[in-house]
Amino acid sequence: MLQGWLQIALTLLIVIVITPLLGRYIAHVFLNERTGLDAILNPLDRLMYRAIGLRSMPDMTGWQYIRSVLISNFMMGAAVLMVLLLQPLLPLNPTGVGMMNWDIALHTTISFLTNTDQQHYSGETTLSYGSQVFALGFLMFTSAATGLAVGIAFIRGLTGRSLGNFYQDLVLSITRILLPISLVGALLLLAAGVPETIAGALQLKTLEGTMQTIARGPVAHFEIIKQLGENGGGFFGANSAHPFENPNGWTNLIETVAMVAIPSSLIYTYGIFTHNLKQAWLVYAIVLAFFIPFVIITAIGEFQGNPQVNAILGEISPNLEGKEVRFGWAQTALWAVTTTATMCGAVNGMHDSLMPSGGFSTLLNLFLQIVWGGQGTGTAYLFVYLILAVFLTGLMVGRTPEFLGRKIEKTEIVFASVILLVHPIAILIPAAITLAFPEALAGISNPGFHGLSQVIYEYASASANNGSGFEGLGDATVWWNLSAGVSILLGRYVPIVALLLLAESMSQKQPVPMTDGTLRTDTGLFTSITGVVILILGVLTFLPVLALGPIAEAFQLSP
Amino acid sequence: MNLTQEFFRSLRLVIALWLLTAIVYPAIILVIGQVAFPYQANGSVINNAEGQPIGSALIGQPFKSDQYFWSRPSAVDYATQPAIAQTGASGASNLAPSNPALLDRLKPEAQRLQATQTKPTADLLYSSGSGLDPHISLEAAQSQIQRVARSRKLNEYDVQALVSKAIEGRFVGLFGEPGVNVLKLNLSLDAL
Repeated sequence: MLQGWLQIALTLLIVIVITPLLGRYIAHVFLNERTGLDAILNPLDRLMYRAIGLRSMPDMTGWQYIRSVLISNFMMGAAVLMVLLLQPLLPLNPTGVGMMNWDIALHTTISFLTNTDQQHYSGETTLSYGSQVFALGFLMFTSAATGLAVGIAFIRGLTGRSLGNFYQDLVLSITRILLPISLVGALLLLAAGVPETIAGALQLKTLEGTMQTIARGPVAHFEIIKQLGENGGGFFGANSAHPFENPNGWTNLIETVAMVAIPSSLIYTYGIFTHNLKQAWLVYAIVLAFFIPFVIITAIGEFQGNPQVNAILGEISPNLEGKEVRFGWAQTALWAVTTTATMCGAVNGMHDSLMPSGGFSTLLNLFLQIVWGGQGTGTAYLFVYLILAVFLTGLMVGRTPEFLGRKIEKTEIVFASVILLVHPIAILIPAAITLAFPEALAGISNPGFHGLSQVIYEYASASANNGSGFEGLGDATVWWNLSAGVSILLGRYVPIVALLLLAESMSQKQPVPMTDGTLRTDTGLFTSITGVVILILGVLTFLPVLALGPIAEAFQLSP
Repeated sequence: MNLTQEFFRSLRLVIALWLLTAIVYPAIILVIGQVAFPYQANGSVINNAEGQPIGSALIGQPFKSDQYFWSRPSAVDYATQPAIAQTGASGASNLAPSNPALLDRLKPEAQRLQATQTKPTADLLYSSGSGLDPHISLEAAQSQIQRVARSRKLNEYDVQALVSKAIEGRFVGLFGEPGVNVLKLNLSLDAL
């Protein structure tokens, strides 16, 4: 057991060590400062700018930034939807897969466009290599870059700078951050056994003479951006539990660190933008204060296993249903919490088969959205909570609430509230409708309390742009594809619009000089209050469903 | 910039980024993979003496005979169903811990294993995440040594030695869990 905890602790330590290095690099990129890669990448950037027709980089207003985000995302989505619908006619289809249903193609496009990567299909049987590489692989870069660009624009606005230029931010996110790390990561994964081939599935006769079909494909390049961009949509149905996506302990370490590297580093990037690294580390501590307990309760649950099954085994054994031997309870528990915390959504073990404590932590991660959080947007949500904490404490002590020397007024609170409220709306209302028609709509595969968790999880994963699922759910239906699609769109674009407007309104305020009377936001006390605010605002909304889902299931299982 | 200009700029953006991330980048990895790591890039395929592919070092196979070590239960029968012969498949049972169907599946399986003097370890009862898990736990391999040795009329120590050789350990002794690669182990049994 100790060995398992050691693995978890060491992985976290690696993440913490990487944070300042990558965080500083990201800051240099977006502050247009020199970086070590300039010699190679400057020509590439210039080529990209010329291709786009970007001669100068005018700063954009909030609405201009929003318009560019929406129009470019619309174009990407339209292009990808076309590729998916024309799949049988397009090249690179060695396994001969046929037409996609229109509703699955639409859901898949929305899902990958928004960095969600919720999958209502199985990669092997539904998608050609061409669709994976040309359509989904493309969106894995652009959706992550869109999130990153918005996150950076938000930080710029918060720190009194103008928001920047979306096209430039998008290009830089790809050429300077996502692509270089992906190139190195893909080669590491490749050397460790992840395939990269355009040859079709391999049919062979096994040792005992049965016919087996081994699916393969151009996986390595896809796998690393899937993790690094917090996309999470697997090449194969089993995602990172598949031995070709994640063959051993080494690849599992790379993939775990890759999925948390950027959102954790962005907090440090913020610290550099504000010249206040102390506050960055304090905010980092809030996240860890949520993350570590989630990992611990999930890991304990998996380690102790299923009491009903332990009775058959005659001993206490970890719960290995839906898990791979090479990862075991510790790496699967760590992954499950990390992937829902960071909105990656890839899985290396099946969440539907997690013990209730795992279901509890993963759901709570999806509800909170700030335990690291999505690419770019998660960090922004963290600061939205900070703004709300400033407002609340300001009301309590009777001072004008200020954050980074700028007054928090009605406009900011309205935007912050929109960002927080759209999430429960996009989860609870469709879930209530679905649960009202359990036979016709829900597609629940596990009876009892767990069935409720399945439905809630699906919408939470959609709205949080996570993409993991309690995959037993029969979700390949028109109802699920359309309703989850709406939740995904609401959970993505409403907060993006509100974040950018909030950032702009902050950036236009006159800075107020700091006095003795200013409420300092970089203290341990204020940080703790922020943690409590997150708990109250984020958790209370969802407490009833947590009680009816995983908590009730835990009581049901206890001997 | 008016709306039409913005649309055209976005179109150029999509094309430029598409060429970079969906053509150039995968092509680089594909070429390096096929040239520098052809074995891994094509799926770590194991060939038999006649040069026919017999399996992949990373993908599990189903075994039923007493002469072989058995793999874990698979929700997709290790991609051997005729319906997916063209594409392959992967996946899990997705049974919740509270689902009665889980116990209904485990109980007879535990009895079946006990009838063959194989200890029903957790990994031999619970089905895997991918349905293609190439490994079983060290304990699960240990508990099958007697059966395999008896049915092959081999010395248990010789089989034990093969099991030890088929163990794939943690990364740098720290990350992941050790497991016995069932296909490699069974191949080495056949080679005796």
